[in-house]
Amino acid sequence: MARRDTRAIGLAALLVLAASAARAGEGYGIGRPATAAEIAGWNIDIDRAGDNLPPGRGSVDRGRVVFAEHCASCHGAKGEGALGDQLVGGQGTLATAKPVRTVGSFWPYATTLFDYIRRAMPQNAPQSLSNDDVYAVAAFILNLNGLLPADAVLDAHALPAVRMPNRDSFVGDPRPDVR
Amino acid sequence: MTDDDTGAATRPPSRREFLRASGAMAGGAVAGGLAGRAAAAEPAAPDAANLPPNVPEWMKAPGEPMGNEPYGTPSVYEKGVVRNISKTLKQYISASGRTPLQDLDGIITPNGLFYERHHGGVPTIDPAQHRLMVHGLVERPLIFTMEDIRRFPSQSRIHFIECSGNPVYTRPYGKTASDLVGLVSCAEWTGVPLKTVLAEAGLEDGARWVVAEGADAAALTRSVPIEKCLDDAMLVYSQNGERLRPQQGYPLRLLLPGFEGNMNVKWLRRLKVTTEPAYSREETSKYTDLMPDGTAREFTFHMEAKSIITRPSGGQKLTVRGFHEITGIAWSGHGKIARVEVSVDGGHDWQTAELQEPVLTRALTRFRLPWHWNGEPAMIQSRAVDETGYVQPTLQELLAVRGSNHFYHNNAIWPWRIDAAGEVTNGQA
Repeated sequence: MARRDTRAIGLAALLVLAASAARAGEGYGIGRPATAAEIAGWNIDIDRAGDNLPPGRGSVDRGRVVFAEHCASCHGAKGEGALGDQLVGGQGTLATAKPVRTVGSFWPYATTLFDYIRRAMPQNAPQSLSNDDVYAVAAFILNLNGLLPADAVLDAHALPAVRMPNRDSFVGDPRPDVR
Repeated sequence: MTDDDTGAATRPPSRREFLRASGAMAGGAVAGGLAGRAAAAEPAAPDAANLPPNVPEWMKAPGEPMGNEPYGTPSVYEKGVVRNISKTLKQYISASGRTPLQDLDGIITPNGLFYERHHGGVPTIDPAQHRLMVHGLVERPLIFTMEDIRRFPSQSRIHFIECSGNPVYTRPYGKTASDLVGLVSCAEWTGVPLKTVLAEAGLEDGARWVVAEGADAAALTRSVPIEKCLDDAMLVYSQNGERLRPQQGYPLRLLLPGFEGNMNVKWLRRLKVTTEPAYSREETSKYTDLMPDGTAREFTFHMEAKSIITRPSGGQKLTVRGFHEITGIAWSGHGKIARVEVSVDGGHDWQTAELQEPVLTRALTRFRLPWHWNGEPAMIQSRAVDETGYVQPTLQELLAVRGSNHFYHNNAIWPWRIDAAGEVTNGQA
């Protein structure tokens, strides 16, 4: 088995290898290289800056059509929720006795909308929508929440520019917070 | 499904029903005096011909032949011990089912009773077609087969996994221990330390998070701090000695001891090393904790110290006065359980319970306290203290800080009320 090159290994990995002194500087030679094409096919993560958003574009108008066809049966015609989560409304409710957590009232990043719709929705056929239609559905949901005008079109440049109202309301973990 | 659908008259009695029936025959001295909730459906009384001084019928003829059951299942008298699954959920694709904690002993959850939480159903994955991809800030992006994963040096460790919403803060509060905190289970896991696999790929500068993704229909995604990945995180393929059940991520699962359940990504197919978290839906809009002022806590990973008395507990009944062992489970995502205290007088006095060895880090720990019930109403409860000195709080203490919209990470003390008839109910209800 070929000895693996660890010259440029990061600090964290050095710590790992230090904890495993018997094999320091040597890997197991297990696994095979992942090709760029293989990674591109699987890496569907969109971070909060919109990195890795694909080419394509979708309008609020097109999103209305796609939403009615694929989303409304669970989320309601206007995203009011049913079997699926409520997607619209709730702004101003988070500090009340009955908070309504929706895309518009709670989600901190618009880019997550693309990521989640593409990977998990519609629930009966995830990863089936075209990138254009994912942009379009995201645009329609943001429009329903009053966060995009009716004539808006989203793409890899426009989506990360949408500023979500609840973006700055997330805090870290302060626990233990009791006793 | 439970046996309720088939009619009580034709189903075999559960163990507790059987014991209760035996106790009725023998004046309660034999049964130990604790009945389960299902005991209302009284089975036929056992044939006196099987009781002393007679020789029972099952000794008078050979039993079932060896090999009758290639994969063993519990006794027909245990058919009532199944996962606690609500029949009234809106849907069952993104849903959970609970472990019947009040019917189990020890610290290991049988694989068939391990709690379930899925976000896109349970996929059926051919292990020969499953791959793990490691990429991002690594020197060598790699793809592993399951055969590859199993070639790495292996480890076995016992850890609990607990859903972060176990239970929520709002009424109605559950009736049984399972209703309340049945989204926790514990197993011996076998796999490879994640740090071994990451070292194989070689971390690059800037590696601060690892984004894990499942091969389910939710492609569930959570970001894990690199410190955890290089500490006790594992990639596991076996649970209690056998391969993972499909409901637990077959063929490969990320195990993050002490971290909230959904981060232990099942059906693991991809690990991306990054500088920033993914800010996925699950870690922004879903598993975040709303505070009274409208802010929300994010990346609340640890499950804090917790305990529950499982016997006697809600839905059970003390049928006789006298000796009863109080027993339950305690656990902490921050390490070992240092102490469990039990009160039998509504929280006025607390006694130290005995801990069953081994007491393991981030594992269920069984506690016991001998008790004599004098037949009067009582309120019993347990509180765990972990090795960091953290003390399990009351529900009122949690609500005072977090409010009732918090939803996740409720580790409150849960008292059980015992009335003069011996009926055990939720003390918060």
